[in-house]
Amino acid sequence: MAVGWPPPVLDPAGPYAAGITALAWALAVMAVIVTLFVMFTIGVALLGRPAAKKWWGGERLIWLGGVATPAGVLTGLLVWSLALTADLTHAPRGDEQVIRVTGEMWWWRVAYLDAEGAEFLHDANEIHIAAGRPVLLELTSSDVIHSFWVPRLGGKVDMIPGRTNYLRLIADRPGVYKGQCAEYCGGPHALMGLVVVAHPPEELDALLEARSRPPAGPVSEEARLGAQVFDRSGCGACHTVRGTSARGLAGPDLTWVGARRTLGAGILPNNRGTLAGWVANSQDIKPQNRMPPYAQLSGQELRAISAYLETLE
Amino acid sequence: MRARFTFSGQVPISAVLFLTACNQVGPDSHPMPGADAGRGREIVRATGCASCHVIPGIRWPKGRVGPSLEGFAGQALLPGGHVNSPENLTGFVRDAPAFAPDGGMPPMPLSDAEARDVAAFLYTLEPR
Repeated sequence: MAVGWPPPVLDPAGPYAAGITALAWALAVMAVIVTLFVMFTIGVALLGRPAAKKWWGGERLIWLGGVATPAGVLTGLLVWSLALTADLTHAPRGDEQVIRVTGEMWWWRVAYLDAEGAEFLHDANEIHIAAGRPVLLELTSSDVIHSFWVPRLGGKVDMIPGRTNYLRLIADRPGVYKGQCAEYCGGPHALMGLVVVAHPPEELDALLEARSRPPAGPVSEEARLGAQVFDRSGCGACHTVRGTSARGLAGPDLTWVGARRTLGAGILPNNRGTLAGWVANSQDIKPQNRMPPYAQLSGQELRAISAYLETLE
Repeated sequence: MRARFTFSGQVPISAVLFLTACNQVGPDSHPMPGADAGRGREIVRATGCASCHVIPGIRWPKGRVGPSLEGFAGQALLPGGHVNSPENLTGFVRDAPAFAPDGGMPPMPLSDAEARDVAAFLYTLEPR
């Protein structure tokens, strides 16, 4: 299991997540106070002396504790939460990095948008942002309803087919932040994780610039053999590796798969062993995912593919 | 379930100790001074070895691409026909192709110290 996944929920690392965490604690404290008060009044009703029962019982308690207090408290919380979510899901303001994330069963299609709104870079299951810079996510889905949730950075918003929802994120500091699909989407929903990497701003610009070009081809003999096996096995029918004949769109873009922190959508560490294991039989790891097992590959071919994929970085 | 555990927990403790001494399996038969099996277990978890191997104590994943490691401490040979010694195993978990050139296990990103910890952990997987 990848370290840090599933992610912690009450440990904010940015202003949007901090607002949600504050609201969550306020709700929790309120719930504790209400519970204690109700327990107390039940105790008085059962065990209290007649005078105490008379003082705590009656219409006054109904009007104050049953009507006025809930109305005031709940109205306040409603205003607070509506203002909070309006700010979280605000439409574009023009100063943010815009990334389109599409929910797929059971992974995340990622596209970086330029100033004109055109997609200039495709990736999957990993999102690169700059620390301190606002990010606007355009969230949608290609199949069923998913929900985008990176608890340390921001709110949780549904990804709905045919509709675009917005979500704003800010990471205060560089770091790696894990996310998780938060709306049951069938099959291996629980194994649909993702990773957000916050870089120092100047590093992000260089990274996106470098990744906009196709990667260098395989250098080692083994990786070259792996590229041939990849081609011959038909991997390109579902996966894209830019600069090669692999142009499939059904599965995650593998152009930079070797550079990802995780494999299988945020769930496994990414190294040659997990790459080989995933290719040979991902069904044991993530049951029902749409990639078939490649059990027909020999040990050497499997190793060669893992060497090739690892060089895509 | 509870009743079964209680029952089986009482009888075999002495039996296990006896068998260990008798069969010469487990850490005693594979001494690895300075290696830490607990750390090895965490390395195995963080590296994702279970993507290909069933490993006792790791609930997910349970890969079947390579052999199950249940009872590994009692295994006589490593893939490629090498003796299952601490030296060979430490080398194998880092660079399997050097031992088993036709196998599917690729070289793994472990330092020598990490490989020793992993080997020490694997020798705690006693046969049942």
